[in-house]
Amino acid sequence: MTVHLMTTTAPTNVTDLENVAVLKAQNVNVYYGTKQALRDVWLYVPEHKITALIGPSGCGKSTLLRCFNRMNDLIPNARVEGEITYRGQNLYDPDIDPVEVRRRIGMVFQKPNPFPKSIYENVAWGARINGYRGDMDELVERALRRAALWDEVKDRLHDNALALSGGQQQRLCIARAIAVEPEVILMDEPASALDPIATLKIEDLMRELKERYTILIVTHNMQQAARVSDYTAMMMLTEDGRAGTVVEFGETEQVFTRPRDPRTEDYITGRFG
Amino acid sequence: MSLRDIAFEHQLARRHLKGRIFQVLAFAAICVGLVMLALLFFDVLRDGLGRLSWQFLTSFPSRRPERAGILSPLVGSVLMVTLMGVFAFPVGVGAAIYLEEYAPKNWLTDLIQINVANLAGVPSIIYGLLGLEIFARWLANYTGGRSLLTGSLTMALLILPIVIVSAREAIRAVPNDIRLAALALGATKWQMVRSHVLPYAMPGILTGMILAVSRAIGETAPLITIGALTYVAFLPDSLKSQFTVLPIQIFNWVSRPQAGFHVNAAAGIIVLLAILLSLNALAIYLRHRFEQRLKR
Amino acid sequence: MTLRDTTSLSQAATQADVYLALRRKQGRRLAETVIRYTLLACGLVSILTTLGIVTVLLFESFQFFREVSVVEFLTDTQWTPLFKDKHFGIWPLVAGTFLTSAIALSVALPLGLLSAIYLSEYASPRVRSVLKPILEILAGIPTVVYGYFALLFVTPLLQKVIPNLAGFNAISPGIVMGIMILPMVSSLSEDALHAVPRALRDAAYALGATKFEVSTQVVVPAALSGITASFILAVSRAVGETMIVAIAAGQRPVLTLDPRGPIQTMTAYIVQVSLGDTPAGSLAFKTIFAVGFTLFLITLVLNVISHFFVRRYREQY
Repeated sequence: MTVHLMTTTAPTNVTDLENVAVLKAQNVNVYYGTKQALRDVWLYVPEHKITALIGPSGCGKSTLLRCFNRMNDLIPNARVEGEITYRGQNLYDPDIDPVEVRRRIGMVFQKPNPFPKSIYENVAWGARINGYRGDMDELVERALRRAALWDEVKDRLHDNALALSGGQQQRLCIARAIAVEPEVILMDEPASALDPIATLKIEDLMRELKERYTILIVTHNMQQAARVSDYTAMMMLTEDGRAGTVVEFGETEQVFTRPRDPRTEDYITGRFG
Repeated sequence: MSLRDIAFEHQLARRHLKGRIFQVLAFAAICVGLVMLALLFFDVLRDGLGRLSWQFLTSFPSRRPERAGILSPLVGSVLMVTLMGVFAFPVGVGAAIYLEEYAPKNWLTDLIQINVANLAGVPSIIYGLLGLEIFARWLANYTGGRSLLTGSLTMALLILPIVIVSAREAIRAVPNDIRLAALALGATKWQMVRSHVLPYAMPGILTGMILAVSRAIGETAPLITIGALTYVAFLPDSLKSQFTVLPIQIFNWVSRPQAGFHVNAAAGIIVLLAILLSLNALAIYLRHRFEQRLKR
Repeated sequence: MTLRDTTSLSQAATQADVYLALRRKQGRRLAETVIRYTLLACGLVSILTTLGIVTVLLFESFQFFREVSVVEFLTDTQWTPLFKDKHFGIWPLVAGTFLTSAIALSVALPLGLLSAIYLSEYASPRVRSVLKPILEILAGIPTVVYGYFALLFVTPLLQKVIPNLAGFNAISPGIVMGIMILPMVSSLSEDALHAVPRALRDAAYALGATKFEVSTQVVVPAALSGITASFILAVSRAVGETMIVAIAAGQRPVLTLDPRGPIQTMTAYIVQVSLGDTPAGSLAFKTIFAVGFTLFLITLVLNVISHFFVRRYREQY
């Protein structure tokens, strides 16, 4: 059974997640100028779970991810159609402030991008601009502990963050994201720039983080998706090859072992392309 | 010898000779500039070095060359440039931030950009006419006429394009990663600019500012046009006070027939060049630091 | 807003709660708007400057042309507004300006272009990194210093070579001005040469051309728009240059092409009037705006043309 394209009701394989989803993308189309990047995308992101977006490069995984915290607003000429909701509230409602959205839906980028400031300042800054009035030292420690970085940096909190290794920098970026207490964390290929050991650390960390946060992760690494995620959405270019869409969405185990869509099966078994 | 070789006359030796001659000629062209620079420094040092003394730095101008000094123009230059910086820095950096971070793509943005480029090409003496009419005449009640304030405002407008262009370059050099990271944490645009973009770009902005200041310190024509005095035997005591600057004093001394004043002019030039060289050294140091930072 | 709100939000949030949390906040919106318009105002200062220049020049020139006809301004061959027998023909000042500029350009353009070719095509990176900054010092020296150099060093030197050379003349400041503009020409031309793609050079070398042939017959023609732009900017700089000519060229507005005697440029005239005690509002006072307006128009046209050429070469590569 395949996902119905060009539809206005939810494909049957996502409906059972409707009640536990924090984020929902329904019938979403994204355009960059006149070029369509996403077509008729449906995706439900269940609470306290890790959902992975997989698929070949250029099929719009990052574009879809960035719809959820309105980072696409920053690209000139980008246009998002359809409904993207967070706990029932349309995020693209004219009344909604993208700045507030980004505070509650945090993001970790592909390449570690710490601010060229101290480790402490990296974590504290987001909380400070969001008006945190509690004990900042405590908040920094808590965030760094949750990001499994505390023990490595506790003696050099005021060193420049750029002196850390790539894997440490990425965990610092995660600490920075969780310091503002988001509910959802979007991760855009967070381990793709890291070595295997650092990658494993990030994956362990994600499993711990899902107790408190809902995670949506883009990855080009299918083993990674299989290892860490609870749900997997398979994205592909549409048959005319012009725009990306979600062709299959379900529990990770089901998607990897009993894919419903032949294209998913081809991709997973390496027969794709 | 094959047919191919007969049909072509390579004349390689002649062509290479031509090339060598040209290379020597081109090198000689550069040397003309360098030799002139050396001659200029040599001439000024020869004429003026003997005149440099503590007395010269701390005396007011005088009718007798051996008693004259550059106290009032030196103080005037420092005050004028400082005040100018106070006006030009925030406005120039503000305009640069607007153009780089805020400006939508529309006719107004285009207009501002083209306008800044054109202003950079307007002769400095035209700014003098602008300052003379607007600051020294129309706004005389507020500026005190041909005053320190008028001079600083005029020079601020003159260096504004330089400040804007260099600040824009520094801001453009800030990696986009940093902007995205700040925004993804729920920062507003201004929070992002103030906490990350500006601190990162600051050494570059300051480098441009220093270069603008060194341009202003050497400017003479616009200040003569607004009516800065050529003979000032007092220190400015307020913004509305009359003033002179170092290049004007030098100009005044050069224009006199007595050789004694020419020596004073040369000594004044040495002081002026020393200030400019120190400023440039500072700018090079800052640029170096900025580049180090970008590398990481 | 404290962080506790978020925590409670994630547990039992209804859509209404989320809406309240994510809604645009008036205070923040206002603050951001104020900042945005403040920054825009900074950008508008530059527009106001241009408007100010144009307004001032037009306003005072208009006053001037109410008393002196445009026809006289453009046809009379004498410029004597400060004398009893007043004439208001702009040509002597224009001639003086173009005489010194022509001399400056005949120094700056060939030397500048040759320097640029040397730096871009011949010099090793090491040599280039030493020569270029030294050459650029020339551009940073105040013009009053060049004036001193022209009047008290170059003129006496030239007097030994050229008979009948007056103490004030057009040659000496012209040459010195050329030296001053040289780094601008070489730096902008070098940028243009640098922008020529490597592939073009390789193609010529592959045909068996020598370095000289590649440089002069392939690279320079390819960079012609950029070089032209630098030449025109140099003209504009020479026309607007003030202190060198005010110090070393004299104050005699004569319609001549003889560079050996004193002349007066447009800029030097403005300086002369500014130094004197011409009462504001008098006709003599208004002349400097009429002259300034003429100068402004000339440089504006030159800058616009140069801009056009720069655009063209940017589009090419």
